[in-house]
Amino acid sequence: MSQEESDISLIIAQIVQKLKGSNLYAQLERQAWASLQRPEIKLESLKEDIKEFFKISGWEKKLQNAVYSELSVFPLPSHPAAPPEHLKEPLVYMRKAQGSWEKRILKSLNSMCTELSIPLARKRPVGEQKELLNKWNEMGTDEPDLSLFRPVYAPKDFLEVLINLRNPNYENGDSLSFRTHLGLIQVPLKVKDIPELKECFIELGLNTGQLGIDDSTQVPPELFENEHVRIGQKVLAEQDSAAAQQYVRQGSPTALRAELWALILNISSQPEDILYYEQLKTNVIQHDLLVDSLIYKDVKLTASNDDYYFVFEDYLYQVLLCFSRDTSVLSHFAYNSASPPKSYIRGKLGLEEYAVFYPPNGVIPFHGFSMYVAPLCFLYHEPSKLYQIFREMYVRFFFRLHSISSHPSGIVSLCLLFETLLQTYLPQLFYHLREIGAQPLRISFKWMVRAFSGYLATDQLLLLWDRILGYNSLEILAVLAAAVFAFRAVNLMEVTSLAAAEAVLADLSTLKVMPLLQIFLFATVT
Amino acid sequence: MRLGWGCQEGLVVGGPEQRLRLVALGGIMSRVSVPCHVKGTVALQVGDVRTSHGRPGVLVIDVTFPSVAPFELQEITFKNYYTAFLSIRVRQHTSMHTPAKWVTCLRDHCLMPNPHSEEGAQDYVSLFKHQMLCDMARVLELRLILRQPSPLWLSFTVEELQIYQQGPKSPSMTFPKWLSHPVPCEQPVPLLEQMWALTEMIRASHTSARIGRFDVDGCYDLNLLSYT
Repeated sequence: MSQEESDISLIIAQIVQKLKGSNLYAQLERQAWASLQRPEIKLESLKEDIKEFFKISGWEKKLQNAVYSELSVFPLPSHPAAPPEHLKEPLVYMRKAQGSWEKRILKSLNSMCTELSIPLARKRPVGEQKELLNKWNEMGTDEPDLSLFRPVYAPKDFLEVLINLRNPNYENGDSLSFRTHLGLIQVPLKVKDIPELKECFIELGLNTGQLGIDDSTQVPPELFENEHVRIGQKVLAEQDSAAAQQYVRQGSPTALRAELWALILNISSQPEDILYYEQLKTNVIQHDLLVDSLIYKDVKLTASNDDYYFVFEDYLYQVLLCFSRDTSVLSHFAYNSASPPKSYIRGKLGLEEYAVFYPPNGVIPFHGFSMYVAPLCFLYHEPSKLYQIFREMYVRFFFRLHSISSHPSGIVSLCLLFETLLQTYLPQLFYHLREIGAQPLRISFKWMVRAFSGYLATDQLLLLWDRILGYNSLEILAVLAAAVFAFRAVNLMEVTSLAAAEAVLADLSTLKVMPLLQIFLFATVT
Repeated sequence: MRLGWGCQEGLVVGGPEQRLRLVALGGIMSRVSVPCHVKGTVALQVGDVRTSHGRPGVLVIDVTFPSVAPFELQEITFKNYYTAFLSIRVRQHTSMHTPAKWVTCLRDHCLMPNPHSEEGAQDYVSLFKHQMLCDMARVLELRLILRQPSPLWLSFTVEELQIYQQGPKSPSMTFPKWLSHPVPCEQPVPLLEQMWALTEMIRASHTSARIGRFDVDGCYDLNLLSYT
């Protein structure tokens, strides 16, 4: 009767409870009833026979995948005495910092609202609704006047907040001590060092085949690539999420990637999902939101200007506008340190029955947000599937990149991991950059916040995101950022200003990520 | 406890029998809070507190139970605040005419795996009877010894301390047929009951209903955003 065993039973109880509300539960029940017709199901051994049927027909595998998905996404159950805020973020000072940051964002949005005299939300007149429905597939051709709109915040504003993050119980004195943080992040979170990273990312080692390295033209495909593709096809045939997650750690073949990612994220396009997406589309048609203009502006400023992604402009609107209307995203706030902005129906201020979230999904987009969606457009062409994949990627990973938390994959930990790796393994470079006023994090922050989207070539980016899915962690972003600095160290040692350092690191489009990661983790003499 | 994401063997995705075999529920047996008096923390420090430069790394908190007879301790819960290691000493009632002695029942329990970093610093913790080194049958007094060897933290303590003794046995509940179907399981039946009780408890604590509409009766005409 150990603590571990009671922890497991608590997790089981939680997962059972979550799955009971899901589509899968209804489907399993239907299948179980339908299976009673089958000759091999006998009344005496009903339970065993139905279980056997589920195993053979693949339903047990679907249930396994659903359980695996729950385990990957939701944090382990917390102590019964812990309040819900504790699950969002255990450290009080970080919760407070996130709260103040959110307040600033709300103030900014409210002042934009009053200055431009545009309502937060407006029901569209019928004529306008028809017009929007007609041009749903080509919203990119629209050229609304967005000059008055400005993004609510940009990554550099968020970086300033993180730089000023302080633990009130920590020795933040001016005198240098053995634990003075020489980087920009001043909070003592636990981050992994290279030996721990080597253990964690063991499949990226020199003795393991990788896509991104061992599939290059000089290497004969019989050595690794052919076998890897064969295994990938087998994983897809088995429809096993856990196996797929393990598999993509070595990279995913281009032809199999879309299906593998869908399997890992446990996305299967059921009719209900397509209907749900259509419902969201209807919501977009009916109501016009202020955040829609922010989304338009963001897409026009970022993805439309990008050589790789401008072709997907229409898809981006179709995904992001629907995303804002999706209330199912609200459930991720249980484990996100952020909270959705709240408002009241006009004239009903303070009355709880008239309290609503704004936008409906609680997520206010910032400058560069559309770049989370853009790379996925290469993989998925059907809007509802593209939408589901993006939503799942957001509630599993991307939300951590723009909220203040102590989670190991949170942006604060990633920044600290990056700075610590650089200081420890490239101390001369770090010292030099610091001396010339070019703190490395000022350059790498924007890469990490966008998960390198828009900075790397797309095939390289997708290889990187393979590993994010494979390891269920964003730490690889910080490791890659440090590896990029290590790669360009010689040039960086010669610069004498922040601007010059930025120039050396301005263009990452020629980089090959897997060799960089492998060399930094496994082949650098320390 | 660690669940390895990449390691398939460690995942809890076996059949129901395997799961039930693993079930052992210490945590949800009913318990009753014991009113206690938590004395102020005393720092253990060599030399004069005012003149010495270092911060104390050891604190002692005494917990007495003035209005309660010697009881059997079931569970201790608290919220940590930057304490790295916890030891607990207990003074128990003895039937013979010997003075009650202090005995260490928990030695250097680690609350923060790395005392210099934030991991575990503000977690909620439960310590159970079975984790103690001696039996906790007739507790008179407790002494918590907190240690924080890192000089980086300005202060450390434990908060929201609660002591529990065993409550009355929970009445047997009706649970669904599938749970009562005979399964090859070595655990005694009351544990199955308790697992079901746990599921019911979680279900009662929050709804997992899918939220649908974002408007109120078709209206989404909003005020400005609220700062709460």
